[in-house]
Amino acid sequence: MPPGFSDAGGDGAPVLKKKDFETDQDVRWCPGCGDYAILATVQRLLPELGVPKEDIVFISGIGCSSRFPYYMNTYGMHSIHGRAPAVATGLKASRPELDVWIITGDGDSLSIGGNHLMHILRRNLDLQILLFNNQIYGLTKGQYSPTSEQGKVTKSTPYGSLDHPFNPIAVALGADGSFVARTMDRDPKHMKSILKRAHTHGGTGFCEIYQNCNIFNDGAFFDYTEKSSKALRALFVENGKPLTYDNGKLGIRLDGFSPQVINLENGKWSVDDCIVYDESSRELAGIVGRMFWQPDMPRPFGVFYAEDRPSYEEQLHSQIVEVTKKRGKGDLQKLLEAGDTWMVE
Amino acid sequence: MSVESPEKAVESLSEATVLFAGDSGDGMQLTGTQFTLATAFAQNDLATLPDFPAEIRAPVGTTYGVSGFQLQFGSVEIRTPGDEVDLLVAMNPAALSVNIRRVKKGGTVIVNVDSFEQRDLDLARLDSNPLDDGTLDGFQVVKVELTKLSRETLKDTSMNTKEIDRSKNMFALGLSLWLFSRPMQPAIDWISKKFAKKPEIRDANLLLLKKGFHYGETTEQFVFRYEVSPAKLRKGKYRAIRGAEAMALGLVAASQKSGLPIFYGAYPITPASDMLHEMSRHKNFGVMTFQAEDEIAAVCAALGASFSGALGITASSGPGIALKGEAIGLALMTELPMVIVNIQRGGPSTGLPTKTEQSDLLMCMYGRNGESPVPIVAASTPGDCFEAAFEACRIAVKYRTPVMLMSDGYLANGSAPWLIPDYAKMPDFGPDFLEKPNVEVDGEARFLPYLRDEKTLARPWVKPGTPGLEHRLGGLEKEDKTGNVSYDPDNHQFMVKTRAEKVERVAQDIPPTDIYGDDSGELLLIGWGSTRGSIEAAVERCRSNGLRVSSIHLRHIHPFPSDLSDIFAHFEKFVVPELNNGQLVKILRDRFLLPFEPFTKIQGQPFKASEIVAYVEGMLS
Repeated sequence: MPPGFSDAGGDGAPVLKKKDFETDQDVRWCPGCGDYAILATVQRLLPELGVPKEDIVFISGIGCSSRFPYYMNTYGMHSIHGRAPAVATGLKASRPELDVWIITGDGDSLSIGGNHLMHILRRNLDLQILLFNNQIYGLTKGQYSPTSEQGKVTKSTPYGSLDHPFNPIAVALGADGSFVARTMDRDPKHMKSILKRAHTHGGTGFCEIYQNCNIFNDGAFFDYTEKSSKALRALFVENGKPLTYDNGKLGIRLDGFSPQVINLENGKWSVDDCIVYDESSRELAGIVGRMFWQPDMPRPFGVFYAEDRPSYEEQLHSQIVEVTKKRGKGDLQKLLEAGDTWMVE
Repeated sequence: MSVESPEKAVESLSEATVLFAGDSGDGMQLTGTQFTLATAFAQNDLATLPDFPAEIRAPVGTTYGVSGFQLQFGSVEIRTPGDEVDLLVAMNPAALSVNIRRVKKGGTVIVNVDSFEQRDLDLARLDSNPLDDGTLDGFQVVKVELTKLSRETLKDTSMNTKEIDRSKNMFALGLSLWLFSRPMQPAIDWISKKFAKKPEIRDANLLLLKKGFHYGETTEQFVFRYEVSPAKLRKGKYRAIRGAEAMALGLVAASQKSGLPIFYGAYPITPASDMLHEMSRHKNFGVMTFQAEDEIAAVCAALGASFSGALGITASSGPGIALKGEAIGLALMTELPMVIVNIQRGGPSTGLPTKTEQSDLLMCMYGRNGESPVPIVAASTPGDCFEAAFEACRIAVKYRTPVMLMSDGYLANGSAPWLIPDYAKMPDFGPDFLEKPNVEVDGEARFLPYLRDEKTLARPWVKPGTPGLEHRLGGLEKEDKTGNVSYDPDNHQFMVKTRAEKVERVAQDIPPTDIYGDDSGELLLIGWGSTRGSIEAAVERCRSNGLRVSSIHLRHIHPFPSDLSDIFAHFEKFVVPELNNGQLVKILRDRFLLPFEPFTKIQGQPFKASEIVAYVEGMLS
């Protein structure tokens, strides 16, 4: 194994608590912001991961969500707009043993940082990306974002936005992300389980988190997150289990390549007709991950796709080890004198 | 291999300038490189100027498709690729008409007469044939049936006409080697190695090379051949080196001497790509290279690496550096070491990608938002790129700051003999990572990420993974010492001044400035970057004409060396030659309030020493 890939770490480390990950800085998000729930979930999750605190690094871009590192008592960098994946790439590539988390928002990573998001996914650095999606620009006070629905009326679009919105899951799958999942701020248990799985995953763990901006876009996801509507509108995808929702009353089957809602109570269909989810199937991920635009379909949550493939940094260091084995450890004087030389006496 | 040619007279030259010119597909860069190698073996000092179009294969035979390779070599010290050409090898009418004005009166022109058909003249948009319309009056013209002779030589091989025509540059190379009494062996070795797996091509090229060489002896057209004796270079072991190579080696040396692994993030751009190619070959020195998705990712990844405790380096040319500005600002705010290499080319915008210019100085100095000073180090010769790179890394690590390292297309592509440095004698510069809390407050050990070193004002560098020193960096203004986010007005002013002062303190490490010529006089030339050769050659000529002219060449442009005021006090007039519209001159005027005169050339070409001499003479007459 190349350096930085040993099994070391975790053993004998002191047991950490949520409080160990809190900083002395005032958290300056608006009261009621969904970010608090995500922060608390991450702070609760980290002690369970067995990673020494000093090995954890949070890298963010710019935006409300990107203030996150200031509130984590770990290493961290609040970088520049959209570029957290690039900063994290250099960090993780240089020090594979570090546990790197990227914190970003829908504007940060799907607009200005779209390019970097796409490329970190295809390269498959072993780190976690938490994309806080609130379908709005919060920090710049309420312009529409790349995930806002078409026709959105905001300060910059008083007559409605024209842009077709991104489905971040489809973007991540399109960029060949090796782990693609969606969760929500108002279901901390689900969020924690998803983040934990992303951490266990040996490549880029992409997690879209629906996050409520109660100032500029309040209730954007309430259909999926609130008790009154969640059962009927949210579908929780689990590996090996049939796709059912609304307490087992409704399910999803495949009609050719199209997902179709079926009633499991009227005697025509049973749970056996439902898609049994297989998160290793690129095809299923494509079909279910794209269940997004249709108003009569539930919105899926969970792990859409997980695939084991070597991480970028592992390959980078393996190559260095390989080349060094083949050519010998570099001798600088020899390198300086390489090629055709001559003496002047 | 040495070939005797007793029947021809040998004329001794102290220096000579040769220019190979042809289509971009004619292999002129290769011919030039091989001639350079042979010249290096003949122990001449030399300087080269590759000059090629931005198009990979510009349309055949056109004037804008002409690719050239010029070099000057001599038994004396050579500082420029030469003002006027002694020998022009022109492969077609376009190459001839573009370059004939560079040939000195009485100089030699070798033309491939087979490429002067009506079609070729039309492609070059010539109304008449330069071979017989008087264009070549006053030159020694050697007409060679290059294409025909090459085809004749290789008629018994199974190579097709296209392949044969492509190798005719080897005939031209052989002939040129003969004319200047260069050894053939380096070219023979190179061909043998390059085409080891294609014996037929190898043998064909070798045959053409030798045919060209022997043609020189047998043709009646040459009365003389020339000889340039070895230069009196400093003793030691030499190699010919290109600036891009030397700079890469300097970075690797810095990595070894600091114990910091290099993370090199780059996005392909002319002429900086060669650095990426070069760096990516040195994996066995632990060098990590990363071809990023864009310029911004390249610099951000380098910064992420620096945060991790590696030496983050990124390189680009003007347009790419423009894109990196915001991240350089972040590096400055987080006070992490990083080196940003700018191999300048003609600008603005896409400008002249393959031509040289020095027009990014003001961008490197001021081209970021906010008060954002960074040290600027500039290389001045191909070999000097090695030292400049090492110096930039040293400053970045010692002062925890991004450093701009400036080169240009002429330096990166040009080559010169290089006295190989002794690695053992180069200084170590350990990064001195902080591993424990750095202050005690009320009996409690604490870590303050922005507590500074008294002498350098550098803040501590901590590797993530160090227990107890967890901290957060970022682009928001930092509170003094704690590094917490701060909007306090007085703190902001204090931090801006402190960051500026830190960069100014780099001057305490800058050695005294060398003065070329006397340390007092009537006129001082002040240069930076790749113009060194032309400026110093001009100083020599002015001085031999009795003018009291000296020059200094600035390695450090920000901060300036601290002895400049004293030096300026001993001169009356000041001229700043630059390949831009007057950039260093602005910085100098701002700093020293003296009457610095700009002398500018903005043609995508280096200065000729004669141009500077003429300007200086004009000022002193």
